[in-house]
Amino acid sequence: MAKANGSGRPSRLFRNLNAKIAAIPMILTAMVVFVGFSLWTVVYSFTKSGLLPRRDFIGLTQYERLWSNAKWLISIQNLVIFGACMLIFSFVIGFVLACLLDQKVRFEGVFRTVLLYPFALSFVVTGVVWQWILNPDFGFQSIVRATGWESFTFDPLNNGKIVMLGVVIAALWQGTGFVMVLLLAGLRGVDDEIWKATRIDGVPAWKTYLFVVVPMLRPVFITALVIVTAGIVKVYDLVVAQTNGGPGISSEVPAKYVYDQMFLNQNLGQGFAASTMMLVTVAIIIIPWAYLEFGGRKRG
Amino acid sequence: MADIAFDGPRGSKPRHRLSGRNIMIYGTLIVVALYYLIPLYVMVMTSLKGLPEIRVGNIFSPPVEATFEPWVKAWSQACTGLNCEGLQRGFWNSVRITVPSVFLSILIASINGYALANWRFRGAEFFFAILMIGAFIPYQVMIYPMVILLRELGLYGSLTGLVLVHTVFGMPILTLLFRNYFATLPEELFKAARVDGTGFWGIYFRIMLPLSLPIFVVAVILQVTGIWNDFLFGVVYTKPEYYPMTVQLNNIVNTTTGVREYNVNMAATILTGLVPLLIYFVSGRLFVRGIAAGAVKG
Repeated sequence: MAKANGSGRPSRLFRNLNAKIAAIPMILTAMVVFVGFSLWTVVYSFTKSGLLPRRDFIGLTQYERLWSNAKWLISIQNLVIFGACMLIFSFVIGFVLACLLDQKVRFEGVFRTVLLYPFALSFVVTGVVWQWILNPDFGFQSIVRATGWESFTFDPLNNGKIVMLGVVIAALWQGTGFVMVLLLAGLRGVDDEIWKATRIDGVPAWKTYLFVVVPMLRPVFITALVIVTAGIVKVYDLVVAQTNGGPGISSEVPAKYVYDQMFLNQNLGQGFAASTMMLVTVAIIIIPWAYLEFGGRKRG
Repeated sequence: MADIAFDGPRGSKPRHRLSGRNIMIYGTLIVVALYYLIPLYVMVMTSLKGLPEIRVGNIFSPPVEATFEPWVKAWSQACTGLNCEGLQRGFWNSVRITVPSVFLSILIASINGYALANWRFRGAEFFFAILMIGAFIPYQVMIYPMVILLRELGLYGSLTGLVLVHTVFGMPILTLLFRNYFATLPEELFKAARVDGTGFWGIYFRIMLPLSLPIFVVAVILQVTGIWNDFLFGVVYTKPEYYPMTVQLNNIVNTTTGVREYNVNMAATILTGLVPLLIYFVSGRLFVRGIAAGAVKG
């Protein structure tokens, strides 16, 4: 594996020393922040920490409190709704758009630029803009009403039952372009021969896409899936800017619960327990993927 | 190989100009494109209207009497709940956060990537794997221990502390980007330099760096937009006088006291989105290549 062995060096440790020194920031980040900090939080989630972290271990009490807290239960429910909608819609729409753009479309660059620009924006910007567009008195609802359909009602941001729909609309606006670009890059990597072969066999294009190309793009799909899912679990700023968890607590999400407990309610133990649950959720998604990516096959 | 993305469309050939198929394709694309453009349009229109006009009109209509007053107000007078200095302080804070963070994170990550691609040592792949998996750990898990670390270092609440945080959390994606890029450079170059007796740093500065300007540009684009758009770290690791623009925007818009000035809010929103948007429109292709390269090859 090692391409560059310094020959005749006395000790293994000093072999390739410069590279090891150069990698210190990476090693520190990996071991101290990613491993160390995470373990610290997990350990302290079993303590009674309030305003400051304390080492009074109280077993699973924080988790019992967490899972009987209405705000947390709603957060989890919202995350599931949000996550399912995001995955389904961003991938279906993203894939359809990628296929459309792959048809030797004129002005492809213009379309791509337009579909991706929201991805460059902050979630705060996205949240604020959609808060305004979905404003019942001036936004979408009032415009439809002005056309004569007086009873039209679409006011997700003030209706706890459908508030997550409003958040999903904003998140899709921002994120679908990203999925599309990844899939389009994958489509462009598909060999021309495949297209020639299926055309000679008289297979319709949509069938080729669905049954030949999609299986070929599996790695791209999986990568996109992992990135989008990890983003879903982290969703925070969008909700803060668009609804701030409201109306009431009906659009709370786990990341916001953690922040509120840690920095507003001075209830660190709850924050640690909730963030540990987020870690577990991500681990369930990531570990199988990481195993396939790093462990399952040999490199080089 | 670096150019797999978008070197040309490869779908089946178009037949007739105005076939039903073409109408469907362009129709769908145009409708979707309009949906994507509407928020930008609404933002600009709203920011150019006076409050009375907003109250009577609809959000899609262009302003009858365009005014730049909301922009001036957003920049220098809007209230955040703490003060009424507008967004300007946040803008300069964001500049002071973004510039050093981008520089430091790219410097460190490029050297990491170089060591990983060309000077593999025992355990390197292990640390890299942890770094990659770590990229998916929700920040909320690591946020409080980081508070303690920064407090111990005396950096909690300072801009330096926030720069450090951005450098640390930007490392996985950037290291991946550089590692993958350096791995595609011809190995013969590296070997020849080795034979000539050039060392670790010599090869980095004299061979790798000049050959990889495109990937550095991609990294700058990724980092400037990413750090400029950050909200969570800004809230957690700085004090109000150092809040970045995104945090100030949120405070201005969601302040509940007084009359809600929608036009000022929208002007503030555009101002906050302006830097990443400019970067995106100027660098379009590289931006796309950056996110595609980072993800597809990972």
